[in-house]
Amino acid sequence: MEELMRILKEVKPGLEFEGRTDLATSHDLDSFDIISLVSELNDQLDIDIPVEEIVAENFDSVEAIQKLIESCE
Amino acid sequence: MQSNITYRLDETSNRFPNKEGYIDENQKLTFGEVQTKALNLASILVEKKYFKMPIAIYMEKSVDVIVSFFASAYSGNFYSPIDVTMPEARINKIMEILQPKVIISKRELKDSLVNFAGEAEIIFIDDIDMEKRNYTNVYQQRDKTCDTDLLYVLFTSGSTGIPKGVTICHRSVIDYIDCIQDIFGFTEKDSIGNQAPFYFDNSILDIYISMKTGATMYIIPSNVFTWPIPLLQYLDEKEITTIFWVPSAMTAVAKLGALKKVDLRKSLKRILFCGEVMSNKILNIWRKYIPDAVYANLYGPTEITDACTYYIVNRQFADDEHLPIGKAMDNTDILVLNNDNKPVKTGEIGELCVRGTSLSMGYYKSPEKTKEVFVQNPLNNEYPERIYRTGDLAKYNEYGELIYLGRKDFQIKHMGHRIELGEIEMAVSSLSGISVNCCLYDDKRNKIVLFLEDKIELEEVKKRLETLVPEYMLPGRVVYVEHMPLNANGKIDRVKLKELI
Repeated sequence: MEELMRILKEVKPGLEFEGRTDLATSHDLDSFDIISLVSELNDQLDIDIPVEEIVAENFDSVEAIQKLIESCE
Repeated sequence: MQSNITYRLDETSNRFPNKEGYIDENQKLTFGEVQTKALNLASILVEKKYFKMPIAIYMEKSVDVIVSFFASAYSGNFYSPIDVTMPEARINKIMEILQPKVIISKRELKDSLVNFAGEAEIIFIDDIDMEKRNYTNVYQQRDKTCDTDLLYVLFTSGSTGIPKGVTICHRSVIDYIDCIQDIFGFTEKDSIGNQAPFYFDNSILDIYISMKTGATMYIIPSNVFTWPIPLLQYLDEKEITTIFWVPSAMTAVAKLGALKKVDLRKSLKRILFCGEVMSNKILNIWRKYIPDAVYANLYGPTEITDACTYYIVNRQFADDEHLPIGKAMDNTDILVLNNDNKPVKTGEIGELCVRGTSLSMGYYKSPEKTKEVFVQNPLNNEYPERIYRTGDLAKYNEYGELIYLGRKDFQIKHMGHRIELGEIEMAVSSLSGISVNCCLYDDKRNKIVLFLEDKIELEEVKKRLETLVPEYMLPGRVVYVEHMPLNANGKIDRVKLKELI
């Protein structure tokens, strides 16, 4: 989780992530953020997030993103 | 002869009154309905005696924005779309220049309008019905327009921090759309998947090619654009035949591997892009999965309506090759001039200049700025003839194709937006606690890099800048330097700073 928080802050500094459940649906993370985030997660955590999993519900909260990472490990 | 673009809407709505014309998430209007709604709105403008006046359109991207554009044109006025997500400070700057007599908006935006509407009259599109009336007054007023009258003013980033209003007349759009039609042959059977925001000139092609040919224009919802698979499924479901996107939008889809999951070969046949340099790597991924589509690289600043050159991709490009911007469109002429204002030879680099009917009339209420870049053609000493100096560098390759080689000055392209780094620097320098600053662009990571002598966190800078510049102009990284390096002229040495990126 710590690593994820670090990457999130790198991709989108200034955004409050904790406690949020609408990060993607509210457009606080836009399409450019999602590409950067997915590429950073893939590179830094050495995973391969399948494109089918790149949908709003997997990016709406820190917990959802963490779950997605775990499913790809 | 057509002198006002709306004659084309009349023709198309006569030919295809019941065909779906413009579609967004909440509304589908046929060409007949778009015409009626636009005429009803235009009637109000005519009744109030507005003619050749600036009209600001302030609402979220939707079919109603297009209706408002057409109403403005029918009534002989000119429009300027104002992005609702733009910071208030920038909207105020635009409003100060434009001084609109009328703002067309939606009731739900009533509260935010108070902050900048000033003396302008507000008309809510929610009050416009679809009942057909007698439009003699509107047609009479339209007949008074000339094709050199303004159709719209689009505001772009200005280096001094003041946005520039690019004026475009009816003739420019009429001719531009005719060229596009000649090259790509659109028909009423086409469906266009619109990405470009309406304050961005790429949207001109989408909106007006539909108006001319009866093709259906789908405004792709922004939430669909975030997710590669749903985006491609949307294109598939709506049987979109043509997209005209900025390369960054195409990059996301290709990079994340979505193209191999959704087969678009059946319907998608034209893939056009413009607004920034397309990476050959990304282009090759698209070509691999949709090999039979026509791919075209278009080039052109807002001052030349939308695009003035095109290149239809006809061969494979290696990653390190330049993808050409091709050749001039009909009715447009490209001059690549060297420092002595002479045409360049093959391989020699010069400034790309343009002449033709698609040229802007100049910057709104800014004769000085206009004079700097709309100048006498140096190759013609016989009579007055304007060319536009784009500030872009270009050369001809061995095949006689134009190659774009970047900017002469500090203008950049970021996420498809044209940005003057000077405008960001001006905004940063207005923040308290910051002495000197300099902005550069990291084109490898696609990030705006802000150099500061004062230790202020990126997060804080962004937070404070948010009210001054649009989100796409916010820096993506801050680099601290103890002292800004200076060059021999005493100016900030950008070359040295670039080494720190």
